[in-house]
Amino acid sequence: MPIILLLLAGFVAPLLAVVAFSFMPERSFSIWQAPTLQNYEVIFNSTNYISFLWSLGLATVTVLILAVICYPIAYGLTYVFGKWAMVLMLLFTIPLFVSENVRLYGWVLFLIKNGVLLGTMKSLFGVDLSSILFTKTAIIIGMVYVYFPFMLFPMTLGVSMVPNEARDAAYDLGASRWQVFKEIELPLAMPGIMIGFLLTFVLAVGAIAEAKVVGGQQIIPITHDIEIAFTYAQNWPLGAALSVLLMIVVGALVLLVLRRFDLDRVLGRR
Amino acid sequence: MKSAGQRSRHALIVVWTLAAVVFLYIPTVCIVLASLTDSRYFVFPIPRWGFGWWQKTFDSFQTWQLLDTSVTIALCVMVISVVIAFFGALAFARYDWTGRSIYQKLVLLPIFFPQAVLGLALLLWFNALGMELSWKSAIFAHLVWIVPVVTLVISIQVYSFDPALEEAAFDLGASRWQVFKEVTLPVLFPGIFSGCLFAFLLSWGNFPLSLYTTGADTTVPEFLYAKMVAGYTPGVPVLGTVSTIGAIVLLLGGYALITLIRHARQAREE
Repeated sequence: MPIILLLLAGFVAPLLAVVAFSFMPERSFSIWQAPTLQNYEVIFNSTNYISFLWSLGLATVTVLILAVICYPIAYGLTYVFGKWAMVLMLLFTIPLFVSENVRLYGWVLFLIKNGVLLGTMKSLFGVDLSSILFTKTAIIIGMVYVYFPFMLFPMTLGVSMVPNEARDAAYDLGASRWQVFKEIELPLAMPGIMIGFLLTFVLAVGAIAEAKVVGGQQIIPITHDIEIAFTYAQNWPLGAALSVLLMIVVGALVLLVLRRFDLDRVLGRR
Repeated sequence: MKSAGQRSRHALIVVWTLAAVVFLYIPTVCIVLASLTDSRYFVFPIPRWGFGWWQKTFDSFQTWQLLDTSVTIALCVMVISVVIAFFGALAFARYDWTGRSIYQKLVLLPIFFPQAVLGLALLLWFNALGMELSWKSAIFAHLVWIVPVVTLVISIQVYSFDPALEEAAFDLGASRWQVFKEVTLPVLFPGIFSGCLFAFLLSWGNFPLSLYTTGADTTVPEFLYAKMVAGYTPGVPVLGTVSTIGAIVLLLGGYALITLIRHARQAREE
């Protein structure tokens, strides 16, 4: 199985290397030294937890906003748009393949003072507004924007798993629109929705570019702390220890959610 | 018959979805606009339009070198990942074997993993192995993340594949290789083809994995990021536009090709 070999050499081994590095003394560049817990002590006595909280908080907000934005679209793609659904899917897919940086930079050009939005407002209406670029709002816009497809596609998969018969039956039995949504659609679409939540949350926790490009470093996410430790500070073991903590949070969540689903059923519904 | 309530709900969903499309394409439009300015700084409305920066960008040797590196990596990733993922997908969706459900979840893990952390982990791992970093190590890094995605893409096609087709061919006296070449491959072709597209495009646009694993070589997204952080030049929107147009053309071209093939096959069957 070549795929297993690839994952062993390219995924499992690097993660083990990170774990090994996290137990090395400060500022060392090899893993052949006596292990120590010093890096974890440093982390627990520092303010790194603030970055952790920011990352988790931003990811939660992103997931919630995207859930509200994407559900009607997923529903529409399955039941309303008919043959246009394919075209819309294509439109939603294209941005996935353009580098995240480039697209976030587009937001900078849109939001910046004298940029596309404010420049237009100024020249057309003569209003001079202040820019929301480099604020927390901008970061959230950026994250909602970048992770949109990661929520939409699994959710659409989930919504399309709801059989029409179940919905019709509920209506025939006199259920209201809201009851059908709550009692039939939501539970049956749950596997797809949960995978969408998980994917979005995990990717958003690991996000770094949004805070940097559109956020003007207003918020320091945990990934930034990790990067600083690796680059400027040249303290690989500290960065590795921070990564391990992030991996534990993410890994626990992924395993918890994935364990509950039979992937054959989610993917092979046809 | 649709009720009035249903119709107005559907209208709302249409408006909502179109708003999402607009939201998704705001930054792209901004990047294109910014590349068409002739002044050194971006102001909107654009005072002087022109292709000056396009010319400057394409006259530079560095641009071609960046494109060369990015395309080379993407092509290698495409070929290798589709071969690995094809067999991975058969095991994923087709054959029953012990350990399959664990395998299914393991294969998906890298997708659910923050790429920036994965990039760093790979950097540590390459370092522990004493490997020199270059575009070749970047290929490996891309594979770790892209092979699972492509496996998933091809799996969806495999799920809809009726194994009876293969059995019929065996019954008619075809050899194993003939069945593979004449039945399995053609039937799964659309999945393999979209796998190719996904692999190429995801590698083309990837930033977090490239950042840590390319060593002295630079890809387009990396270069753009460096320029964005270091200060604006209209060369950034130009390369950004090129990268976007490349992705759009490939995706639409690929989609058109798939549709053509599907129509041709349907016509033949009728």
